[in-house]
Amino acid sequence: MTAAGATAALAFDAVTCTFAARGGGERYTAVRDTTLAIAPGEFVSVVGPTGCGKSTLLNLAAGLLDASSGTVMVDGAPLDGLNRRAGYMFQADALMPWRSALANVAAGLEFAGAKRAEAAPRAREWLARVGLAGFEDRYPHQLSGGMRKRVALAQMLILDPEILLMDEPFSALDIQTRQLMENELLELWSANRKSVLFITHDLEEAISLSDRVVVLAAGPGTHPIGEFAIDLPRPRDVAEIRLTPRFVELHEAIWQVLRGEVLKGYAQAKH
Amino acid sequence: MRKRSTELRLSRAGLAAIHVALAAFVFFMWWLLTTTKVLPPFFFGEPLKVVRVVIEWFVTGKIWPHLAITLWETLLAFVIGSLIGLAVGLWLALSPLASAIAEPYITAMNAMPRVILAPIFAVWFGLGVLSKVALGVTLVFFIVFFNVFQGVKEVSPVVLANARMLGASRGQLLRHIYLPSATSWVFSSLHTSVGMAFVGAVVGEYLGSAKGIGYLILQAEGTFDINTVFAGIVVLTICALILDTLVTKIEARLLVWRPRAAETESL
Repeated sequence: MTAAGATAALAFDAVTCTFAARGGGERYTAVRDTTLAIAPGEFVSVVGPTGCGKSTLLNLAAGLLDASSGTVMVDGAPLDGLNRRAGYMFQADALMPWRSALANVAAGLEFAGAKRAEAAPRAREWLARVGLAGFEDRYPHQLSGGMRKRVALAQMLILDPEILLMDEPFSALDIQTRQLMENELLELWSANRKSVLFITHDLEEAISLSDRVVVLAAGPGTHPIGEFAIDLPRPRDVAEIRLTPRFVELHEAIWQVLRGEVLKGYAQAKH
Repeated sequence: MRKRSTELRLSRAGLAAIHVALAAFVFFMWWLLTTTKVLPPFFFGEPLKVVRVVIEWFVTGKIWPHLAITLWETLLAFVIGSLIGLAVGLWLALSPLASAIAEPYITAMNAMPRVILAPIFAVWFGLGVLSKVALGVTLVFFIVFFNVFQGVKEVSPVVLANARMLGASRGQLLRHIYLPSATSWVFSSLHTSVGMAFVGAVVGEYLGSAKGIGYLILQAEGTFDINTVFAGIVVLTICALILDTLVTKIEARLLVWRPRAAETESL
């Protein structure tokens, strides 16, 4: 267990994030007093009920949002502005619709100053690595949902970020495609271990992918209420590992904690 | 139900045939009503004479310098108006303070019937090309401006955040996110803005000029030569149709990335 501080790749130190409501209404505290650390090379999943503020946590880590109080530490240094060491995979489609798949993957390299001709071969290589060789010239609207996610994955990984922030990246996919993508993610991750902060509302996904699962309380003012080390052996196959007794045990234990929060979140959503 | 299906089954050639037949019918009725003097030819012209004027214009080549000047004015008005609209649209959309200050003026200028500016432009820029271009620019500018403004406002926040996370600087965001998003809106307004540039050119000519199709019409009207007026209108309409077809072609080419309603592609 790493302490929040020097050695962690990414750490939240007593972070609170409050939104000023539009029109001077009540303030909304999305994240309250959260302390959480992710070690280098560790895969951490955060689960919580819908609308509890999981995405806010990720946006804080990315530097897209500023914390109201507390600090976000990256490699031991407080984060100021955008997190340049992190890659972010969004829940919604984030590809540039006017760029082909190849140009989308190459975008980060071009932003960093690479010439189009230099970036293209590397982008082609990454597209092939996510299984999209031959689809270089397609525009996002000509690709299926799963293919678009692969492009987004390649777009993020080509920049070789140290920290991967993933916001329910596969939630829009059907179950078969999702499991394929999860396996591919694990394969890519184990080849070159990055620190991963993976947000999901799917507990099975969280367990099968992670080293550690953190359970968040129902919003508003969400904060971690439980942490579980996942001691399942790697390499894993996400479809098969769900059938092992240890998986079922872990699922049971985490669900005990999560269920109450889900019910709370559900009750709030009804109002 | 049955009627609907027969309508849908109409082939492209069949549709074109109906289009031609309809035009022929209108032309025939025009001819019939004016030769039988039901409609006075002095006011309504005679279709055969109109056709003769058009043919004569093209055979003698008399029309070309006039047509060239009108199209040149249209092109200049379109390009200049679009560029200014694009620049101002981007600027105001990205600067909340500037847009807050400019907003009432933009609304007022847009609401004003700008054709009324033509005499002023004639005084400022003379009777040459410039005054027509200026009028066209004022018409094109607002169409492009509003579309760019909207285009920038509607950039998906996720696409924007993603580009920022990929390391795009402010300038790169402008070039790679805002500009493509805005231009897609500009292109969707291309038909209107090209049409407006054309209107600016012709109306400008009509109100005072020494060359152009609008000038030809004005001259003919001065001598009550209604057939030549109609001939001018016919030429203008054909030009407008050609311009519109061109725009459709260019649009399809430049916006390949945009999903069309029912596009299927075999993989």
